[in-house]
Amino acid sequence: MRSVSIISVGLTRFGEHWDKNFKELIAEAGTKAIVDSGLERKDIQAVYGGCMASGRFVGQEHIGALIADQLGLNPIPATRIEAACASGGVALRNGYMAVGSGMYDVVAVGGVEKMTEVSTEDAGYALGGAGDQETELFMGASFPALYAMMARAHMKEFGTTEEQMAAVSVKNHKNAVHNEYAQFRSEITIEDVMKSGYIASPLKLLDCSPITDGAAAVILCATDVAKKMKLVDKAVEIIASAQTSDTLALAHRKNLWETKAAKIAADEAYKQAGIKAKDVSFAEVHDCFSPAEIMAIEALGFCKQGEGGKFTEQGNTAIGGTIPVNTSGGLKAFGHAIGATGIKQAIEAYWQLNNMAGKRQVKGAEIGLSHNVGGSGATCVVHLYRKV
Amino acid sequence: MCCAFVQEGVKMVQGSLPLHWRKYPERYRLEGNINEQTGQEFFPARVVDPTAGRGGKLKAKEMPREGKILSWTEVFAGPLGFENETPYFLAIVELTNGVKLLTQVVDSEKEKIKIGAKVKKMFRKISDTDAEGAIAYGYKFRVVG
Repeated sequence: MRSVSIISVGLTRFGEHWDKNFKELIAEAGTKAIVDSGLERKDIQAVYGGCMASGRFVGQEHIGALIADQLGLNPIPATRIEAACASGGVALRNGYMAVGSGMYDVVAVGGVEKMTEVSTEDAGYALGGAGDQETELFMGASFPALYAMMARAHMKEFGTTEEQMAAVSVKNHKNAVHNEYAQFRSEITIEDVMKSGYIASPLKLLDCSPITDGAAAVILCATDVAKKMKLVDKAVEIIASAQTSDTLALAHRKNLWETKAAKIAADEAYKQAGIKAKDVSFAEVHDCFSPAEIMAIEALGFCKQGEGGKFTEQGNTAIGGTIPVNTSGGLKAFGHAIGATGIKQAIEAYWQLNNMAGKRQVKGAEIGLSHNVGGSGATCVVHLYRKV
Repeated sequence: MCCAFVQEGVKMVQGSLPLHWRKYPERYRLEGNINEQTGQEFFPARVVDPTAGRGGKLKAKEMPREGKILSWTEVFAGPLGFENETPYFLAIVELTNGVKLLTQVVDSEKEKIKIGAKVKKMFRKISDTDAEGAIAYGYKFRVVG
């Protein structure tokens, strides 16, 4: 594999876009990324788009071709990638492999979801498809319910508290205040989280990521080609890309209190890059629910198994802490436009490594990590990034 | 599988009549299968043993009807088809043979639904919002003792 870099990025604001449809979100993010790359559209040789459930949300399939059409990229190959909430991260990995293999020099990778066109119940049902339809969703298990059972198992096994989980949401809201693209730019308190109503006990409304519209895009280029074309001014190299899978149904896992696929992906990514967890400067992790961030930082090796709650409560994952996590605001406060999330995580890494993150900048950031999860942990993608 | 696109009055909940019919053994009797060579049991039944591949023959087997709660939740916001059922309880249950499944917990006092509680299989209606009008029945569990 040859070295692959992100040479430009494009993002829409995440939130409720009542005034924009699915195609407009794609065009906005994709065009920004293409224009900022300094390349012509004809230089882009393939496009990969992550999208989970557009058929359920807007009645639209065939997203690969739609993206190429909207961005004026015809007739290049255009492919949709679906891996539930990890669709964006897996799309990024496919673009990385396509360039890394030498098949292409330049590809566009994006992610999109338009979730607010349907009712909350319909959205819950669409997202439930990330689990096992026949044994989970059929029984009434929504995604909050699955993560709630993982959280309760973690609480029982390690003594994790609801307040410690709430601390994840509080921190991520605080970070999002400084992000103009974020859905919720307001601070909340532990008390606010504790007082918000139960969605699926012990998870309350403010433990849960929202329903979001948004799109994100990056342009990937072979690093040597980017150097020749003098496009490395802001280039960020992808120094590792690891993807793993686990059983689709939560009940079939050995332990309910861990995401084993994430641990294996992280170990593989650290091996590829020749680094250790302690070398990571900041991480964007998949906090679809607050306990998911606690399980993520344990799987990624930032703290010991079972100590994620305490580690968060002590401020280690805040900006200025030992390992800042979700400086963008995370899925909780930045928003979670399913297919776009994995790409948006890479964009935050690009901004942090280019010292472009403003008030949420991690000082001296050298290596960034993104962790994108599908379902209750059945797909996990971990990427590592470093400035070229 | 019925997947009518979302519009007023049309439910997207999955479940054609043939699907119900195919699922009777699993949902009515907790029928899974067993690898006769290794003794490994599966629920729902698998076509291929993921741990043994081609090794051993898989044979239908009813799962035990008792188990214990490994984790649980009380759901206050249900997905489509369950929006009028809230609040309801879900649990991951480990059966006495070690096989785990997700189920609703019903007919139980709230205080008794906890990790480690012993549960027993019941036969209940699961949902009736299916597009073809069929009522789906299947397993739910209740706390015993």
